[in-house]
Amino acid sequence: MKRIPAEYRLGWLLVAPAVVAMLVVTAWPVLYACWLSLFRYDLRFPDQRAFVGLDNYLSVLSSEVWWQSLGNTLIITVGSVAVELLLGFALALLMHRALFGRRTVRTAILIPYGIITVVAALAWKFAFDPTTGFVNALLGLDQAWLTERGSALFVIIFTEIWKTTPFMALLLMAGLTLVPDDLLRAARVDGAAAVQRFFRITLPLMKPAILVALLFRTLDAFRIFDTVFVQTRGAQSTESVSVVGYHTLITRLNLGLGSAVSVLIFVCVVIIAVLFVKGFGTALARGEEQP
Amino acid sequence: MRLCTTSRRPVPPAAGAALRWLAAALVLLTLTGCDDPLLPKDPPMPEVPLLRWYVFAERSGAFAAAAARCSEQANGAFRVEMVALPADADQQREQLVRRLAARDSDIDIIGMDVIWTPEFATAGWILPWSGRLAEQSRTGRLAAAVQSASFGERLWAAPFTTNTQLLWYRTDRVSTPPATWDQMLDMAESLGAGAIQAQGERYEGLTVLFTSLLASAGGAVLDESGTGVALPDEPTRTALAIMRRLASFPAADTTLATDREDQARLAFETGAPSFMINYTYVWPSAQRNAPEVAANMGWARWPAVVEDQPSRVTIGGINLGVGAWSRHPQLAFRAAACLASEDNQRLAAERGGLPPTIAALYDDARVRDTFPFADLLRETLQDAVQRARTPLYNDVSLAISRTLHPMRAIDPQRDVKRLRAVLDRALRSEGLL
Repeated sequence: MKRIPAEYRLGWLLVAPAVVAMLVVTAWPVLYACWLSLFRYDLRFPDQRAFVGLDNYLSVLSSEVWWQSLGNTLIITVGSVAVELLLGFALALLMHRALFGRRTVRTAILIPYGIITVVAALAWKFAFDPTTGFVNALLGLDQAWLTERGSALFVIIFTEIWKTTPFMALLLMAGLTLVPDDLLRAARVDGAAAVQRFFRITLPLMKPAILVALLFRTLDAFRIFDTVFVQTRGAQSTESVSVVGYHTLITRLNLGLGSAVSVLIFVCVVIIAVLFVKGFGTALARGEEQP
Repeated sequence: MRLCTTSRRPVPPAAGAALRWLAAALVLLTLTGCDDPLLPKDPPMPEVPLLRWYVFAERSGAFAAAAARCSEQANGAFRVEMVALPADADQQREQLVRRLAARDSDIDIIGMDVIWTPEFATAGWILPWSGRLAEQSRTGRLAAAVQSASFGERLWAAPFTTNTQLLWYRTDRVSTPPATWDQMLDMAESLGAGAIQAQGERYEGLTVLFTSLLASAGGAVLDESGTGVALPDEPTRTALAIMRRLASFPAADTTLATDREDQARLAFETGAPSFMINYTYVWPSAQRNAPEVAANMGWARWPAVVEDQPSRVTIGGINLGVGAWSRHPQLAFRAAACLASEDNQRLAAERGGLPPTIAALYDDARVRDTFPFADLLRETLQDAVQRARTPLYNDVSLAISRTLHPMRAIDPQRDVKRLRAVLDRALRSEGLL
């Protein structure tokens, strides 16, 4: 059915304010950052502003700092998202199947997600500190966690997991509600064991929900800033790409170089999103093929 | 509005209503944005110009008292209001530079960390001092403090408070304080693990430690012109070797790589460590928090690197600059000079524990009550060294602390070269740091 042109125009008119708002608050800054990244532009020396083409990008991409921070960011992203998925699943099943105190269980699980990231990062920093913390006493260790790369990365990933597993669990629980109970009951009648029911029925039906949860968390984890900034300030080679961007843009006031870093982070995020959406798309297509 | 009146096409009634509402909203928006004679006017401007003084949130109230005092003495010429900035110097700068780069006229007087002078002056964010007020702000001030407020022959701020590090030690375990780093490290290694408390985190404090060691060894980070890297071979290697040894077990704590001034202070107050490199605020703190430690707490000159050659320690502190976009620059100069006057420096010393920049105040009885180590402090300040004087100081400091952290991984031979290369790039504002 074709729409009447007037109605069509009205539709556009009505969404126009939202479109304008979106362009102003998202598209404009992104484009402006792209534009700035082509200049040598330091806020301290505004007179020396000059067009340098892709020099800033070459400078960033040929820098050891960028690749190391990208590596760190990927370690943190993969490490935290993988564990969050497993733990989140366990919690989602728990919340879904809880027989009594369902509301209490759900509230309790959601508490870490309600805590501000900076506060959570500081709390865990103090907890792992040898003088003020309880972790060493609990494990009978004498370890200065944040002074070495491996253990510092562990603390950062641990904090991330503690903080955002509830988010993962919430999204997965929404996916669990999509699985029809009669399918599971039918499978049980056919003699499928619990493990079989989980892997053959629940998991395939939840695929879209899992992919959405993974996509959200991966994009989020890739942009990690506050936990790293609070716990190590990027020391011990734990710098994430966002911390590098912060140092260049905010501390050194180098708008050109900093914008180049920001644009590269944006490109990475787009790549991750495209990869996921492709995976997501095929999963959906396959889901439709199956009866 | 034109949309409503000129449109001849049939518009669904609901859409018509929506458009009318939209038009009404737009009219309202434009009305409130203009100076409408029907709307009530803002209250008339107060007669006394208000000057806003951006400075870190001083806890004792000494700065607020100084602001009140200067407002009163101005006799209605101006009023000074303190605006609190974060305690951390990096965060103070972060807030200020963005506003100054955006030409914020609200910033009249700035409590500037000594390392900001070249940057703010070059960027044109502060106004130079001249004439009688400049003379007044220089007279009787410690030379190093005046130097910290100057850049390129001009005075850019009034020296207000200053600070530097001393060596704090336990008199019950150490009979004579060590004169050199080598002596201190020898003593520390025999006293057991974590005997020395210092600053080893990757931040400004690490740059300060390196700068003091390098200057005491007879070197400097930048050359005379301030645009090229100096780092003479021998002194740099000596300084790096000391840092390396300091970070090696058993002299320092295992947490050295994450220690700042405050972690060092807290650790010293537990009573276990025997030495600490730190600022003067640790003295009143120990008396309050750990009297039994304070009873056995001695002070001495920051250890030398070369025997018989007194140490040269990095100077810190706050100078008062006048914002370039201030609405009342002349009044702001007057107010800043008043805030940095002798009376207010005495107040900041007595109440806030901030060492004055006026040399004569170190003989004042009440100031000496606050700083029983006043003579040592003045003597150290007279030989004090400036951190690199360049508008690119933040890049330079970032480059130093990045390259030398963690101190336990320093290889003096290799790191002299690495440091030179990274500083060279920082001075050309190239590449990531």
